[in-house]
Amino acid sequence: MTQVLDIPELDFDPYAAENLIDPYPMHLAMREAGPVVRLKSYDRLVACARHAEVHAVLNDHATFISGAGVGLANFNLETPFRPKSLILEADPPLHTQTRAVLARILSPKAVTQIRATFAAEAEALVERCLEKSLAAGQIDGVHDLAQPYPLKVFPDAVGVEGEGRENLLIYGDLIFNSMGPRNALLARAAERMGPVTDWIMAHCQRANLRPGGFGDQIYQAADAGEISHEQAPLLVRSFLSAGVDTTINGLGNVLFSLAHHPEQYARLHADPSLARPAFEEGLRYESTAQTFFRTAGRDCQIAGVPVAENTKVLCMLASANRDPRRWPDADRFDIERRPSGHVALGSGIHGCVGQAVARLEGEVVLTALARRVKRIEVAGPHTRRLNNTLRALDTLPLRLIPA
Amino acid sequence: MPDITFILPDGTEQGLEAPEGVSVMQVAGGAGIRGIVAECGGSAMCATCHVYVDPAWAARLPAPLPTELEMLECTASERLPNSRLSCQIKLTAELHGLVVRLPERQQ
Repeated sequence: MTQVLDIPELDFDPYAAENLIDPYPMHLAMREAGPVVRLKSYDRLVACARHAEVHAVLNDHATFISGAGVGLANFNLETPFRPKSLILEADPPLHTQTRAVLARILSPKAVTQIRATFAAEAEALVERCLEKSLAAGQIDGVHDLAQPYPLKVFPDAVGVEGEGRENLLIYGDLIFNSMGPRNALLARAAERMGPVTDWIMAHCQRANLRPGGFGDQIYQAADAGEISHEQAPLLVRSFLSAGVDTTINGLGNVLFSLAHHPEQYARLHADPSLARPAFEEGLRYESTAQTFFRTAGRDCQIAGVPVAENTKVLCMLASANRDPRRWPDADRFDIERRPSGHVALGSGIHGCVGQAVARLEGEVVLTALARRVKRIEVAGPHTRRLNNTLRALDTLPLRLIPA
Repeated sequence: MPDITFILPDGTEQGLEAPEGVSVMQVAGGAGIRGIVAECGGSAMCATCHVYVDPAWAARLPAPLPTELEMLECTASERLPNSRLSCQIKLTAELHGLVVRLPERQQ
C-alpha cells in the first residue's frame, strides 16, 4: 500500500485554466517538492515533474504500462473515451507488432522520400506569408503558417483524399483533451464528436486512401500478414489523431519562442543550418505535449517512493524539459543547445513514432524562414487555445521582415 | 587505459573514463563529442548515434535487437558489418577498453 504520508501533497490542478495558460510556476513547485508528489484533487495518482523520474518511468514500460491508458483515465477502472489505440494504449507483445509496422512506414529512411515535397511546400508557404506580411503589415503565425503547413503536407503524405481536413484539427483537439479530466474543455470538444469521428473513420478505410501513401502502406502490411486487416483502420486512425495537431503546435510554439527571442532568430538567419537544432530546442523549451500518463502495473517504487499497483503516474514532460537538474540554464532558449535527451517526443519504446516526420517539418519550415526572413517581430498580443494536454496557440500576430 | 576510445572523423582519438551501465552514446554526450547526435535521446528511433565498432570488439558485444537492426538501415553514413547504434551499447566491465570510430556524418 502506498505510504501516503511519505509523498508531498500539492494543491495544484494541472487542468485549471491558469495552469494551462502558464504552467511554469506549477512545474517549479512540483519539482522542488520532491521526485514524486501527490495532487490534492486526484486520487490514486502520483506525479513526477523532474527529468530523472520522468525518463525512468517512460523507460520502464514493463512496470509503467500504457494498456490502461496514457491519459488521466485508468482503463482498468473505466471505459476508454474511444476504442483503444493499438499502439499508444498498448503494451508488448501487441505494441511490438503494431509499432514495427508504423516505425517502418515513418522511418528516417522512409522520410527521405518526402523531403523534397515537404521542403518545396515550406518554401512556397513562406513566400505567401512574406507577401501577406508586406501587403497587410502582419500575418498570423498560427493561421497563416503553423496550421496550414502540416494540414497540407501530412494528410497528403498519408493519402487522405477529398475535402474536410479541418476535421483533423477538431479530432486532434478532442483526443488530446480526452487525456485530461472530464471537464468543460473536453465537453465542448466532444459536442462535435459524432460527425468528426465518422469522417475520421471513413478516411481510415483503404478505399479512401491514396495508393502508396502512409495510410495505404498500413494495409500493405496487412496484406503481408504483419497485422490483420481488422487492425489496419485503427492504425491509420493513429496517424490521423496524432500527426497534425502536434506538429501545428510544435511549429507554432517555436515561432513564438523565436519571435520573443530576436537574438536567437538572428543566429538562425545568419546560419540556416541551425534550423533543425532550433526546432529541437523549441520542443524542449515549449513542449507541445505537456503531459502523458502511465499506470503502475504492479506495486513498485519511483525514486525509492512506494507506488501501489493501479496508481496513475502523471509524467510532466514539459517540466522535465525545464529541470535545472538536467539542463544547464534550463529557462534559457538557446537554439545551439542540442538538447538530446529531452522528453517532448517521449522516450523508450513509446517514443513518438512520427518523430522523423515532425523533425523534417520543423527543419524545412525554419530553413525556409531563415533564408527569406531577416527578422520576425511580434505584431500584437497572442492568444492561447486551451487543451488538457497540448500547449497550443490560437493566434500569434507577427511581422516578417524580408531578407 | 581509458574505458572507451572514440576515433573522430578527422582521425584524432578521445579516450574517456565511464561508469558501468551507461551507454556509449551517453558517454559521448557527456563529453560533448559532436560526432554523435542522438536526436531521439537513446530510444533507437533516429539512427544518429551510429558508430563503427573496432573489429577486435565487435563480436564481443551483445547482438543487436530487431529494432536496432531496422534502424541501422537508416544511417546517413554507409552501414558496415561493424555498424552499431551507440545508444544500444551498454558499458560493462567486459567492455573496458572498447574502441569505436565515428562516421563522417549522422544526418
